Amino acid sequence: MEKIDLKKYRVDGGNAAPIEDLSTLSPEDKERLLYAGIDVDRTDRAGSFMHMNHSGVHCKSQQEGLEIMDIKDALAKYDGLPEYWWKLVDKDKDEFTRAAFETLHGGYFIRAKAGHKIAEPVQSCLFIKDSGLAQSVHNIVVVEEGAEMHIITGCATAHGAKETAHMGISEFYVKKGGKLTFTMIHNWSDDTAVRPRSAGILEEDAVFLNNYVLLKPVKDLQMYPALTLNGSGAIARFNSVIVAPEGSHVDSGNRIILNAPNTRAEIIARTLTTGGTIINRGFIGANNVPARGHLECKGLILGGGRIHAIPELDATIDGVELSHEAAVGKIAQEEIEYLMARGMDEDEATATIVRGFLNVEMEGLPPELQAAIDKQISELDAGDVM
Amino acid sequence: MLQIKNLHVNIGDVEVLKGIDLTIPEGETFILFGPNGSGKTTLLMTLMGFGNYTVTEGQILFKGVDITYAPMYERARLGIGMSFQRPPTIHGLKTGHLVKMCGQGRTVDVEGLAKKVNFSRFLDRDINAGFSGGEIKRSELLQLMAQRPDLILFDEPESGVDLENMSLIGRTARELLDGLQPASCTMKMAKTVCKTAGLIITHTGHILEYVNADRGQVMYNGRLCCEARPRDILDHISKHGYKECLRCLSSENGEQLDLADFREAY
Ligand SMILES: Nc1ncnc2c1ncn2[C@@H]1O[C@H](COP(=O)(O)OP(=O)(O)O)[C@@H](O)[C@H]1O
Ligand SMILES: [Mg+2]
Repeated sequence: MEKIDLKKYRVDGGNAAPIEDLSTLSPEDKERLLYAGIDVDRTDRAGSFMHMNHSGVHCKSQQEGLEIMDIKDALAKYDGLPEYWWKLVDKDKDEFTRAAFETLHGGYFIRAKAGHKIAEPVQSCLFIKDSGLAQSVHNIVVVEEGAEMHIITGCATAHGAKETAHMGISEFYVKKGGKLTFTMIHNWSDDTAVRPRSAGILEEDAVFLNNYVLLKPVKDLQMYPALTLNGSGAIARFNSVIVAPEGSHVDSGNRIILNAPNTRAEIIARTLTTGGTIINRGFIGANNVPARGHLECKGLILGGGRIHAIPELDATIDGVELSHEAAVGKIAQEEIEYLMARGMDEDEATATIVRGFLNVEMEGLPPELQAAIDKQISELDAGDVM
Repeated sequence: MLQIKNLHVNIGDVEVLKGIDLTIPEGETFILFGPNGSGKTTLLMTLMGFGNYTVTEGQILFKGVDITYAPMYERARLGIGMSFQRPPTIHGLKTGHLVKMCGQGRTVDVEGLAKKVNFSRFLDRDINAGFSGGEIKRSELLQLMAQRPDLILFDEPESGVDLENMSLIGRTARELLDGLQPASCTMKMAKTVCKTAGLIITHTGHILEYVNADRGQVMYNGRLCCEARPRDILDHISKHGYKECLRCLSSENGEQLDLADFREAY
């Protein structure tokens, strides 16, 4: 893989004007966002946020107990957010974290206040509209004691935006008894370099459910979000569905560290390449008991491409229960014949099996989003992907 | 409906079917007997068009169309349906969804059909995932009901099935072959459905208590012999084993077959 040269991208000149009403976005942009799981026309959202190019353009909370702010405003209001700002990600980790540290374009601060269970999802879009831009954002999510929240974040580039880069720092704090569902859907382009750097920390009895969906081309994506479970009874789960057509290079994985008793971790990934490269990492570490974790990476190669599964378990104490299951394969002829005997031709049979393979049941998704994802999976048709 | 002429089939380099001639007219159910390893399953798989079975000689005609080398889905679309003995699990494919797809574009009352085979609570499960013997059979029949084939291939409907399931499976198979009972459909409907033909393999003959089978034959060592009424064949086999068929085959072919083969066969 060719190295990403950050100097190639512009980090200024991408200011965008505020957008009061997201439904005024152009139909083309709306469509791009729709494929990133975001329907800006929906009114049943607890709040919404949008960052475009180098500016936060929209920020709205419609619910008590839910705070949504542009990160710059939050830093100003809360004296630089000393409890949360750069606490979980090391700014010197690599050139991308440093770039994000040096240039801050924006990002969100979203907080569910103690005891508030936010019923409707919070919607966030990170959008790159113009060619040649590097966008760096820094997000902070806080779920206070006993609070619950679901954030759906859609990341997309506009149709025709060439040579773009996205760097995103995200820090998640789920406090005692809090529950965060975080669903991220990517709809970048075959000319976008993507470097999210995310980490989260869970206190006692906290729950973090993370869903990640990448069904569209991306030039070069690398991310390895890490969750540390420091409180007894905490639970973390990652579900990912990743498709890499020719030209996509995806290096993606999840890391969970179990530091407290009665913690649980589950990482499930389904990956499919039709010519691209997928490096699918997974790591569960356990330093306390009782602790249970299961890691599952299943990959399917259709036609060409590469899947490199790297599941890792690291236990430092007697009594942990960690397991992993990794498989890279092809579609079984027996399954194709079964469906052909019901009248499907080979392409239809293949598509049906692939759809089943990618059909990971994600938790906490609103039905219309699940339906949108299912639809996209079913649109991965013979010509496109198989 | 189905016409098989001098069919020779290899699995790998081994000739398993050695010249099969068989005609099944519209509306008729044909029963195939024979010891283990004689080639019964091979015949069904070849008719359906599975990849591992190579036709080296002969011809298969279905509704007048030469399907000897046709791909599986063409045979299915022409109206051949098969109940699989050991179908594969397909993860993420819901049973209900597959049943719907079996309709090939025709609207299928999935719920209604599922009720008939007591399968409603399986519709949301991945197809064949952890299904018991009886559940597999019910799932296969449900798919066939949605598919509405004109020729049904059914390999050992009794295998792995308890008595209660057997009665349900038997009645459903009959309905597929003979159409609905007159009370619930017009004579015209019954007539059209009656065109359905069947080819059923059985060891135990239990299925004969449910379906109206007209003719039967015994397969031995890749050849068919002893055509008779299925009941009579069954009675004969249970009394004498397969050795009579062997005699008859030997005299037909002038070939000396080893009687010892039969002792373990039945
Ligand atoms: N996949 C296979 N590979 C090699 N030989 C096979 C295979 N399937 C069946 N056979 C052989 O073909 C012959 C007929 O088998 P089969 O059609 O399954 O018989 P039946 O259904 O009458 O018991 C047997 O000798 C069996 O060992
Ligand atoms: Mg058999």
